[in-house]
Amino acid sequence: MRHTWTLTKNRMRLALRNRAFIFFSLVMPLAFLFLYLGIISKAFPFGGGASVGPYLLAPVIALTVMGSFWGLSIQLVTFREQGILRRFRVAPVGPGAMLASSLISNYFLTLPTVVLEFLLARWIFHLDRWGNLWSVWALVTFGTVAFASFGLIVASVTNTMQETQVINNLLWTSFLFLSGATIPLPVLPRVVQFLALFLPATYLVTGLQKAVVRGTEVWHLGAELLALGAGALLAFFVSKQLFRWEPEQKVTRRAKVWAAATILPFLLLGIWESNRGALRSDAKATFDTMDERAHPPRPNR
Amino acid sequence: MSANVVEVENLVKRYDKVEALRGVSFDVREGEVFGLLGPNGAGKTSTVEILEGLRTPDGGRVAVCGLDPERSGPRFKQEIGAVLQSTALPEKLRVIEALRLFASFYTRRRDPNELLKRFGLEEKRTAFYMHLSGGQKQRLALALALVNEPRVLFLDEPTAGLDPQVRREMYDIIEELKREGKTILLTTHYIEEAERLCDRVAVIDQGKLIALGTPRELKQRSAGTTRIEVRLVKPESDGALQNLDGVADCRESEGTYVLHSTSVPQTIVALVKHLEARGNELASLEIATPSLEDVFIELTGKRLRD
Repeated sequence: MRHTWTLTKNRMRLALRNRAFIFFSLVMPLAFLFLYLGIISKAFPFGGGASVGPYLLAPVIALTVMGSFWGLSIQLVTFREQGILRRFRVAPVGPGAMLASSLISNYFLTLPTVVLEFLLARWIFHLDRWGNLWSVWALVTFGTVAFASFGLIVASVTNTMQETQVINNLLWTSFLFLSGATIPLPVLPRVVQFLALFLPATYLVTGLQKAVVRGTEVWHLGAELLALGAGALLAFFVSKQLFRWEPEQKVTRRAKVWAAATILPFLLLGIWESNRGALRSDAKATFDTMDERAHPPRPNR
Repeated sequence: MSANVVEVENLVKRYDKVEALRGVSFDVREGEVFGLLGPNGAGKTSTVEILEGLRTPDGGRVAVCGLDPERSGPRFKQEIGAVLQSTALPEKLRVIEALRLFASFYTRRRDPNELLKRFGLEEKRTAFYMHLSGGQKQRLALALALVNEPRVLFLDEPTAGLDPQVRREMYDIIEELKREGKTILLTTHYIEEAERLCDRVAVIDQGKLIALGTPRELKQRSAGTTRIEVRLVKPESDGALQNLDGVADCRESEGTYVLHSTSVPQTIVALVKHLEARGNELASLEIATPSLEDVFIELTGKRLRD
């Protein structure tokens, strides 16, 4: 535990000295905030501006959280390719401490950006509500660990930076366009909505929209938190099993099976959601609140 | 008799169908500097990486400080220090931070400030790793390897790629460690390094240990012959030099003829007469006592750098 904490502090220090990290973890999320709340919100049919602000803030936070996926996979592959990991390998440090320190430092570095996004949304874009902050915190926490762990798995089953980027791009594109992070889920074709139920990003985006727009309590976010929590736990366990210190260490068939096992909770949850779940109807209800807010029902005289 | 800190018995390592180590055996005694000498690809790094617990052997037995490197985990790592051949640290990690970070992993640790001073890195205390020169990086690697007061130090090609002056600085540091009685296993393909630093040397080639002893013992294998290196104005390729008086062996490499002679005066007189008869001339002539390079050539028929 002591090693994990020492490594965490060290990783945070290194990240803050890295310009690429500052760009991707602070500048880019804030650029998304201004793009969504400043420009895209005006294109919405519900009166734009403040009435759609909370709905659009959710995907902005989701994109910030999902960014952990890129950062950690690239960092791990770079450290392995440059021989940095092997220097740690001859010291009494295990994969658990190395991976846990990545996740914890990433979490502590993501949280301030999320807070800043909330504050700027309130001050600059005059958001009229905070949503349920406990729910947002729970989703951000589970989401950050889950997506960061997915990144660690990608890093473990790829051998080079190019391979990592190809797989990351494939996954990122699906997270971005099929989950409601860019185009609202209820607007997407039915087949895409069905596919979205199998993606972890959908649970994060939908959960955040419910928490921010409708102020949904933590205990009413069961499916979302279960998906992200189970995903986080399984992905961390799998990434620990697959961890490779050296580029020469081969990716075994067993490792690939383990990596594939990470999709299991989302597969089960997706099947359950598509038959009995309320995720799609919840997403629709959240989407419809924008219309209600732009055109509030007239009081009866 | 000192106890063995490192024990290697019939070590075998394969990479797919290539046999990198074919039954290598040796011991390293407490307080000695032991060298593994051989050309690139001989199996030196495979051996040392198995001893560091970085690779799994396919056969044989190894023990370091009485522990199995593969199975003893953190307890084993507390006992060793290592300078790896291909490694790095994060670019924006400061020198003092690296020392403090690695020191924090061990139960037995040295003061990072004292190590900075000892390895001449005080001025670079707050410098980023990316801004260090090759020599400074290697000195930091050595300081990191010593941060836990290891019982045995593994140095894999510690001076490879360094310029001659920095290399000599590294020799001074290793000699100082030797005087302190540190047990060191180093791999090298530099003859000078092995001769200057090692108490005993194992010559390794194509995964096999082909000779083992002190540098003096190994050189005595060439006893009775002296090396004469000659360069000629016109090259000769008919092997006539091999038949000169006193010549036991003659090899040509990059225009230099290396004659191993049992009688230097006889060979030189015969050489001069031979060249006069052929209208050829000497460009240079050098007489040297046998080195480990000669031993290596005798044993393998090739130079270390081939």
